[in-house]
Amino acid sequence: MSKVLMKGNEAFAEAAIRGGCKCYFGYPITPQNEVPEYMSHELPKAGGAFIQAESELAAINMAYGAAAAGGRVFISTSSPGLALMQEGIGFICSCEVPLVAMNVSRGGPGVGGIQPGQADYFQVTRGGYNGDCRIPVFAPANIQESVDLIYECFDIAEKYRNPVIIFADGMLGQMMEPVELPPKKEIASAEQIAKEKPWAITGTDHHEGRNVVYSLRLQPDVLESHVNHMFEKYAEAEKELVRYKTQKLDDAEIVFVAFGTMSRICAEAIEILEEKGVKAGLIRPISLWPFPKAAFDEIGPKTKVVISTELSMGQMIEDVKMAAAGRWPVKLINRTGGIVPSSIEVAERALKALEEVKA
Amino acid sequence: MKKKMFFAGSGGQGALAIGQMIAKAGMEEGNEVTWLPSYGPEMRGGTANCTVIVSDKTISCPLINDADVLVAMNLPSLRKFESMVVPGGIIFINSSLVPETSTRTDVKVIEVPANEKALELGNDRAANIVMLGAILKETGVCKKDTIMHQMEKMFSGRKAKFLPLNVAALELYCK
Amino acid sequence: MKTIFEPTKGMLPVDTSYCPGCSHGVAHRIIMEVLEERGDLGNTIGVVPIGCSINAHHFMNIDMCESTHGRAPAIASGIRRVQPDKVVFTYQGDGDLASIGAGEIIHAAHRGEKFTTFFINNGIYGMTGGQMAPTTLIGQKATTCVDGRTVEQAGMPLKMCEIISQIDCAVFVERVILNNPANIRKAKAVVKKALEIQDARLGFTFIEFLSACPTNWGLTPKDALHFVENDMAAYYPVKNFKCPEGF
Repeated sequence: MSKVLMKGNEAFAEAAIRGGCKCYFGYPITPQNEVPEYMSHELPKAGGAFIQAESELAAINMAYGAAAAGGRVFISTSSPGLALMQEGIGFICSCEVPLVAMNVSRGGPGVGGIQPGQADYFQVTRGGYNGDCRIPVFAPANIQESVDLIYECFDIAEKYRNPVIIFADGMLGQMMEPVELPPKKEIASAEQIAKEKPWAITGTDHHEGRNVVYSLRLQPDVLESHVNHMFEKYAEAEKELVRYKTQKLDDAEIVFVAFGTMSRICAEAIEILEEKGVKAGLIRPISLWPFPKAAFDEIGPKTKVVISTELSMGQMIEDVKMAAAGRWPVKLINRTGGIVPSSIEVAERALKALEEVKA
Repeated sequence: MKKKMFFAGSGGQGALAIGQMIAKAGMEEGNEVTWLPSYGPEMRGGTANCTVIVSDKTISCPLINDADVLVAMNLPSLRKFESMVVPGGIIFINSSLVPETSTRTDVKVIEVPANEKALELGNDRAANIVMLGAILKETGVCKKDTIMHQMEKMFSGRKAKFLPLNVAALELYCK
Repeated sequence: MKTIFEPTKGMLPVDTSYCPGCSHGVAHRIIMEVLEERGDLGNTIGVVPIGCSINAHHFMNIDMCESTHGRAPAIASGIRRVQPDKVVFTYQGDGDLASIGAGEIIHAAHRGEKFTTFFINNGIYGMTGGQMAPTTLIGQKATTCVDGRTVEQAGMPLKMCEIISQIDCAVFVERVILNNPANIRKAKAVVKKALEIQDARLGFTFIEFLSACPTNWGLTPKDALHFVENDMAAYYPVKNFKCPEGF
């Protein structure tokens, strides 16, 4: 397979199409606008359907309807748009309907800015929806990884009958990198849907019994057992979906923990530190939920400090502290508001953090 | 080999486009590449810029702290970004629109009257391609043939009439 | 013995949860009778709202899904994209459709979505206990306007048929009234016609049912029907607003 040079947002859309996406619903919001633009002309050509929704509220509910009817559905938005979709996401969890959603995030809170941000860590891992549910969240660091994850996440969403979120940021959405696109999967036909998704609402002529996709459970014992059932799935997901990469942990004095864009800056900061004679390593969570606690067991004996490095005021650091479990001091290096620190800044602040813990 | 290049100009000058052509050519020649644009309100008016990295190794970070090459298509771009060039690096200046030269003495400065030359060829919208020719000749970041193939694809069908102009513009500084 | 009447197979053989005198049961029944007569019970997907009729899926013998509050038209739009050959409808009350879901219904009509919306207008929030709806009449009492709705405080009641009929791609818009057997039979004929227009994929189809909620109105079922006939119909004219040629 030959590589093509693609803009992140367009590659995300193409990956979804190749993953057999039937429907895309979106509302314009920067910095992900190339996703709905690309989908509007390419998805119908591939046999799918595109709607420019009247709002993110409508988009997430169109997604729910299409997915409840058995279609593979992909949606994308950016931070404030995801906030609008949160009710729908919780509802979809409760209804046990699969969905792949992409957040090309930006700075917040509120309308905030449009430059890259990671301050949606809480929003994607803890949610803004009500009630007990969990969403598998994957944070790619480059366009190839984004494409591979989107392609795969349809299967994950369908296996767990739950939404899955891909958490990228404006930089990944706007930049171009060479990418190898996976082969195109066919969009499931009505017959395949009826066969492969016996729970879907396809009309009672097309399956055994009567299908109802629902969330309301007024009896507390019924609701509790439903939530318990959902959490049995989440327990399995916690075992199966943990993904991370590590770099140079063996003899690192400093261990960075960073995902997405920030992990790429840390990788360069590690080289800068090496030139200064300080060994540093990296834990790069790819799954943010489930958070890769096991990665911390690979940290070597020389580590003096673990640094959560984030484009936020420090959100992932809560998970990092839980994973570190008091074994190392945990510090924060961060910028927010859409500012991405340079690798030089990260290296300098890491050295300072190392000095602090040594003193 | 790792070349960190920064292209800057005002919206519509084609700085982002030639950055993209180099990135694509770099990829086609088997290198790792990244192309990272500034985005947002700057797209409409203001300065438009992009970072291109071409490397024979995996590129960890698409953001750069300094550049081997700066391409300044207008004066604000030169003033804003000339300090980021490494000593011994190259600054390309579109001298048609930049009446001054760089304040840097530790870099190689190449002045290209891109708009004038493109206008002589028939249309100053090809100024960026004139500049691209000069960049290829001076840096060797990618082969002229690779760019030529790209242009043949870009300017085909209804756009085929623009191919001769662009080929001439490319070859002006890169025979 | 000769069978002269059978309940429709479109309704499951269970008691509904609706109050005595509530119009939901009648509206459910005529919709399901039409679907059964068309032979479409196995080929239909319905979307229920938030409101009393969220329970409709316990009574209607077809595939259904629940919706988030007000978003049924968006959900049906999604369903339609995946199931282009099915009969698709939303069933919504006035809080769901005219208040929280006003945006979604307008834009489903705007896109000319090929499904039918059955809008149950009883001028009150039933499920939550009788609060004022956008369609509550001036002077009508509710738990959030105990002395009766006033124009100063809440504006004039929203006329959804009149609004939706202004949208070009809404091709069939009609208001019916469920106050007596003759009008219920007429309403059933309107449901049948709306589904035929849906079959033809001409655009969005919309029926408003003037309906009774005796419990939350504080009226007997009989008085409630008089209220529908005398007060509601006076403000909300019962008529066809729009119908494509040939139907």
